[in-house]
Amino acid sequence: MGITKSFAGVRALRGVSFELRAGEVHALIGENGAGKSTLIKVMTGAVTPDAGTLRIAGRVVTDNDPGTARTLGIAAIYQQPALFAHLTVAENIALALESGGAWRTVDWSARERRAKELIARAGAAIQPDRLVSTLSMPEQQIVEIAKAIGAEAKVVIMDEPTASLTETEVSSLFRVIGVLKSGGAGIIYISHRLEEISTIADRITVLRDGETIGTRDAGEVNREQLIAMMVGREVAAVYPKRDVPLGAVALELRGLSGREAGIRDVSLRVRQGEILGIAGLVGSGRTQLAETVFGLTPADSGEIVLNGADVRIESPADAIAHGIGYVPEDRRQHGVVLELPIAANTSLSSLDRVSRQGLIDSAAEQALAERYVTQLRVKTPTVDAAAGTLSGGNQQKVALARWLATEPKVLILDEPTQGVDVGSKSEIHGIMMDLAAGGMAIVMISSELPEVLGMSDRIVVMRAGSVAGELSRADATQEKILSMALGHPV
Amino acid sequence: MRKRYGRELSVAASILALALVLAALAPGYFSGENLADLFLANMPVLLIALGMNMVILTGQIDISVGSMFAICGIVAGVLSKTGMPVACAVLGGVAAGVGMGAVNGALVAYVRIPSIVVTLATMVALRDGLRWATQGAWVSDLPPGFQWLGLSQGSYPVLIACTVVIFVAATGWGLRHLAAGRAVYATGSNAEAARLAGIDTNRLTFGVFAVTGALTGIAAVLNSVRFNQIPSNAGLGLELKVIAAVVVGGTAITGGSGSTAGTVLGVILLGMIGPALTFLGVSAYWEQALQGAIILAAVIVEAFRERAEKRVARA
Repeated sequence: MGITKSFAGVRALRGVSFELRAGEVHALIGENGAGKSTLIKVMTGAVTPDAGTLRIAGRVVTDNDPGTARTLGIAAIYQQPALFAHLTVAENIALALESGGAWRTVDWSARERRAKELIARAGAAIQPDRLVSTLSMPEQQIVEIAKAIGAEAKVVIMDEPTASLTETEVSSLFRVIGVLKSGGAGIIYISHRLEEISTIADRITVLRDGETIGTRDAGEVNREQLIAMMVGREVAAVYPKRDVPLGAVALELRGLSGREAGIRDVSLRVRQGEILGIAGLVGSGRTQLAETVFGLTPADSGEIVLNGADVRIESPADAIAHGIGYVPEDRRQHGVVLELPIAANTSLSSLDRVSRQGLIDSAAEQALAERYVTQLRVKTPTVDAAAGTLSGGNQQKVALARWLATEPKVLILDEPTQGVDVGSKSEIHGIMMDLAAGGMAIVMISSELPEVLGMSDRIVVMRAGSVAGELSRADATQEKILSMALGHPV
Repeated sequence: MRKRYGRELSVAASILALALVLAALAPGYFSGENLADLFLANMPVLLIALGMNMVILTGQIDISVGSMFAICGIVAGVLSKTGMPVACAVLGGVAAGVGMGAVNGALVAYVRIPSIVVTLATMVALRDGLRWATQGAWVSDLPPGFQWLGLSQGSYPVLIACTVVIFVAATGWGLRHLAAGRAVYATGSNAEAARLAGIDTNRLTFGVFAVTGALTGIAAVLNSVRFNQIPSNAGLGLELKVIAAVVVGGTAITGGSGSTAGTVLGVILLGMIGPALTFLGVSAYWEQALQGAIILAAVIVEAFRERAEKRVARA
C-alpha cells in the first residue's frame, strides 16, 4: 500500500514530483526558496496548485483545502507550533479532533482521558489540564504530535521540528517519529540539519528552484553529494559587478552581541565602495544583526565603529544621524507606507533636508522625490501617487529612495530583490553598484546565493547568530557558503 | 494627506443640503443669535476634536476627554476663587489638561497599554475622582473677573472665534506642513515602517495625547467662563460627540488617513442637527438617533469607497 502524490507545474514549483510511502520518513531538503514551503502548503490545502495532481492512497484529491486535507489524514507540525496558548492541552487536542455542532455538550473528563492517552502514545507525560502557554517548545511539539496521532494521520509533515530543541529533546522526538512510523504513517521531514537527516530519514528528496532534483535512499548519499544537489546551478544571470577602488573602513563591528536579537560575538568590517554579502539560512540572525546595528534591538556588548569612531546607537534616529541606512526585508510591512504618496515616502527619513525650521517645503520635497524617481527609474506618472499603487519592484525602489535621500555612508539592504521581477532586479543591482562606486559601503543580506556571489566583494556567512566564516569573492562558491551555513565545513 | 477631497466634499454637501432645508422651512435658524449660540455650544467639541483627530490619525483613541473636560473647568474655577489673577487660573486649567493627557500618553506610548484601555480607566477614575473631591457640588460665587474672562458679553464670542480659527489653522497647517504632522500619518498607517524610517513613534504618541489634553483644557476653560457656575458633571458623553465628529469628517478609525478640514465639517454637521430638529418641529429626542444614523451612513460610504479604491489599485 503506497501513498503517492505527484504534482506538475505548481506555482513557485515547476513540475515537482514527490511520493511518500506508508511507514517511511522522507526528508525534503533544499535552500531557502527552493519550494519546500509551497509544496507543503499544497499538501495541506493552504494553496491550490495551477496544475498537477495530488493522490492519497491512490485516490486523486481534487479541490484540496485545509478541512479536506485534515479529513484525508494529513497533519502538519510547524517549527512554531500553532496551538492556542490560553487553552489547556486537553482543549487544544479536543479542538483538533472533535467535531459536531456548536450546541453539543462537552465531556470534560473524556477529553482529559483522551488527551492523556494520546500524549502517552507520543511517549511523554504532560498534564492535560496545563495551559499551553506554560509548556516548553518540545512539550508543545508533543501536543502537536498527539493531535496527529489522535487524528490517525497517514501523512505527518514536520517542518524544521528540531530547530529549537536540545540534543536530548531531539532524540526523544526521534523515538516518537519511530512510533508514528511503525503505526504506518508516512512522515515528511524538513530540516537543514543534514546529520539529523542521515540518522532519521529513509529517503531524501532535494528541491531546488521549484524543481525536484532527485530522490535518493538515505544510505546511498553522503553530505557532500546532497549539498552539491542543493546548489548545483551556475550563476545564470549577468551581474553588473565592477571593481571599484576601496576606501577606508566605513563600518566595523567588534564582538557585537545581543540577547534579545539572538546574535553572539559578531565581528565584521566593510570598507567604502565595498559590497559585503551576508549569507546564511533564514533564522541565522542576519536580519537581527542588521536591526541591532540600526538601533532597533539593543546590543548587550561589543562595539560599533563608524569611520574609525566608536559610536553608540540606541535608536534608528541615532543610526540615521550617524549615516546608516537600512532597507528592511518585507517592504509591504516595514518598507514603504502604502497610503502615503511617493514623495512623502521618499522624504520620510530625511525630513530635515526638505524643511526649514521644521516646516516642510513642498517644492523641495517634490524635487527630492523627483530626483530619486528619475535616478532609480521608478515607473510612476507622478510622485503624488500613493506608494501602494506601485508594483513590487517599484515599491522597493521607493524604499531605497528614502534611504538614498538620507545620503548614508553605510547602507544595509535586507533581501533587496526578494519578490521583484527580473527587470527591476537587475536595475536594483545596477543602482547598488553605482552607489558603491560613489564610495558608499553596502551590506547586502540575501538568501539568493547567485546574487550573493554575483554582487559581493566579500561574503560573511552566518549560522545560529554568529559568524560561521568569511569568504573572498575569488574563493566563494555556492557549495562553500552552503556548507558554512549548514555547519559542515568542506 | 490625500490630495483628493471626496470625503470632505460629501460632508460639505450634506451640510449645504441641511442648510437649504432649514432656509426653506425655518429661516429663523439663521438668525445671528441662534448661530452664535450654536457656535458657542459646539466650540468645546470642535477644539477637542482637533486633538482627537490627531490621536485617531496616529492609530489611537482617547475616550477620557469628557472627564478631563470636567476637571479642567473645575480646576480653573477653584483657582480663580483663591484670588489669583484670572490668567493664572486659566493657565492652571489648561495645565491640568496637559498633565492628564501626558499621563494617558505615557501609559500608551511607554508602558504599551492599548489606548482604549488606558483612557477607559482614566475616564472612569477621573470622573469618579472629581465626584469624590467635589461631593457633586458645583463651583459658584466666581470672582467677577472670571466671567467672560473680564470681557464684555459682546466681545467674548469674538475672542472665542479668534481662538478657534487660530487652532483650526494651526493643526490643519501643522498636520500638512510640519515633519511632526507627517510622522502622525506615517505612524497611523504603518507604525512599524515609521519606526524603521527613524521616527520616534513613542514620543509622537505621547505628544498627540498631551496636545489633546491641552486642547481639552482650553475648551473647558473657555466654556466655563460662560456661566456663573461650573458644574462638576460637565462633559458627560462629550467623548462620543467628539469621536463621532472626527469619524463623520472622514478620518479612518484605524488611523493614517483624514484631515482637519474634514473634522471641522464633521463637527458642524453633527452640531447643526439638534437645534435644527427643534426648528423643524421634530422632537429633540430624535437627535441622538439621527446622529447615530449619520455616523453609520458615513462609515458605510467610506467602506464602499475603500473597496472601490482597492479594486482600482489592483487593476
